[in-house]
Amino acid sequence: MAFAAFGSNNPTPSNKPTRSGKVVIALLAPGLAYLAMFFLTPLFALIMVSLEVPDPAGGYAEYVPGFEWGNYAYVISEYFPHILRSFGYALTATVLALLISYPLAYFIGVKARPWPMLQKLMLTLVIAPFFISFLLRTLAWKQIFSNESWIVTSLHNMGILDQTQYVVGTPFMVIFGLTYNFIPFMTLPLYTSLERLDTRYLEAGSDLYATPAKVFRKVTLPLSMPGIISGTLLTFIPIAGDYVNASGDFLGSSSTAMIGNVIESNYLQINDYPSASALSVLLMGVILVLVSVYVRKSGTEDLL
Amino acid sequence: MRFSLGKFTLPVYAVLAFIYLLIPIVYTFVFSFNNSLKTNLIWRGFTFDKWTNVCQREGVCDAFSNSVFIGVISTLFATVLGTMIAIALVRYRFKFRSSINLLLFLPMATPEVVLGAGLASQFFNLGVQKGIWTIIIAHIMFCLSFVVVTVKARVASLDPALEEAGRDLYANPRQVFWKITFPLLLPGIASAALLSFALSFDDFIITNFNAGADMTFPRYVYTAAARGVPAEANVVGCAVFLLAILLVLSTQIRGEIKRRRLAKTH
Repeated sequence: MAFAAFGSNNPTPSNKPTRSGKVVIALLAPGLAYLAMFFLTPLFALIMVSLEVPDPAGGYAEYVPGFEWGNYAYVISEYFPHILRSFGYALTATVLALLISYPLAYFIGVKARPWPMLQKLMLTLVIAPFFISFLLRTLAWKQIFSNESWIVTSLHNMGILDQTQYVVGTPFMVIFGLTYNFIPFMTLPLYTSLERLDTRYLEAGSDLYATPAKVFRKVTLPLSMPGIISGTLLTFIPIAGDYVNASGDFLGSSSTAMIGNVIESNYLQINDYPSASALSVLLMGVILVLVSVYVRKSGTEDLL
Repeated sequence: MRFSLGKFTLPVYAVLAFIYLLIPIVYTFVFSFNNSLKTNLIWRGFTFDKWTNVCQREGVCDAFSNSVFIGVISTLFATVLGTMIAIALVRYRFKFRSSINLLLFLPMATPEVVLGAGLASQFFNLGVQKGIWTIIIAHIMFCLSFVVVTVKARVASLDPALEEAGRDLYANPRQVFWKITFPLLLPGIASAALLSFALSFDDFIITNFNAGADMTFPRYVYTAAARGVPAEANVVGCAVFLLAILLVLSTQIRGEIKRRRLAKTH
């Protein structure tokens, strides 16, 4: 795709093949070697650790290399609720983020076209949450919905919530936080594809007596599909692995713990490296399978 | 495209959406002026003290300066390595191109916990003591792909005729690169560097796995969250926010002035 920009101006390979070959290697080698060292080998290290067994001669949290595939069976049976919860929360929050972001992206990208300055200002507002620390904005929601807050007090007074029920610590709150935190990741790619939408197609649709709903379903939606795909991927993947929102110190409680929370506490607090690693490998595997199926089904492989 | 719902539905919706997006930011700002004690949960009156004496609170400024240091060093390395890859990917044809694209895409498609736990396992296996430098190694790794994506777009939009003109005028390849290609790529490289700094500065999950005992600003907030985050943390967060917004707005205004000037001369 990138080559289209160059067209025939691209230097022909026969021109000076050996020199450009050396240049390519010199340009690529340092970065790729870095990724090999600090991205690929760590993944292998993770798989190796996930198969380790407790050191028979050692003490607490000491492990020796092994091939204990039972570690996987153990984490699946032990943490099945957490696994389900993670993907359930991630799916719900991604769909909510899409529903909230689409009209907003449509407004900025299509309706606000006559006013480019306003478009830029609104885009800045969309990414504004990125500029304040992720943890601080999550804590802000926790305070806003805290047990003593006027929101919860008025929910109690109106009888919507029982006097013993609160908002922080519930799945609702965790999904709310996840949705909020990842909305910019959804809105930006949606905006990018809606901004390029040729409105004459929409006029053609309504000239041919299609109802607005039909024009949307048959024209706007398919044309914005690339944005929907990249937006949903950009939100779903980080949400599935997030552990800040669901943490008990933030928006969640022990009953909302996701895979990320288990990995964090098993790895960093109780030093059960094999189970934490097995869960990580599992999480990555499931996400890779879901993403490749999703991308293939939606027929947008060239996006990657 | 006439919605029967009426003209105002979408604008009103957009305003509501922006209010929703901005609520936590406004909240954080307001509570940075709270005359709070140790925690910052209840409003106790207005004060500028937290802004003027940020560093009085133990740990806040140390964590902040660590984060800036880590951000600067990681950005430097990630930007140089990533720009080189981006130029190679757009400018040259070679084998294994799709495998390289996949290798660059994977870190962005991997959840942060997995990246964090993987690197931590590797450092553990190698017996490396975790600290600021292991955080930097981790940050360069995850910023690299984002730099490549950002700079690639810029390289692709570059007109090769300009470089050709340079060569026709007997510039050597080095001169062509530094006098023509690099200045034209600079805006793309600058935005990649900004993105990379922002990602590094705000990263918590990967950092937490590879930090050892060293603090960064997000780690400080996370550990403080258990007993209450002091207002000084809000001050740091808000100051960073203001700086970033000013930077974005000034770039946009500069671009707009340039555009208008060009429109006038034509």
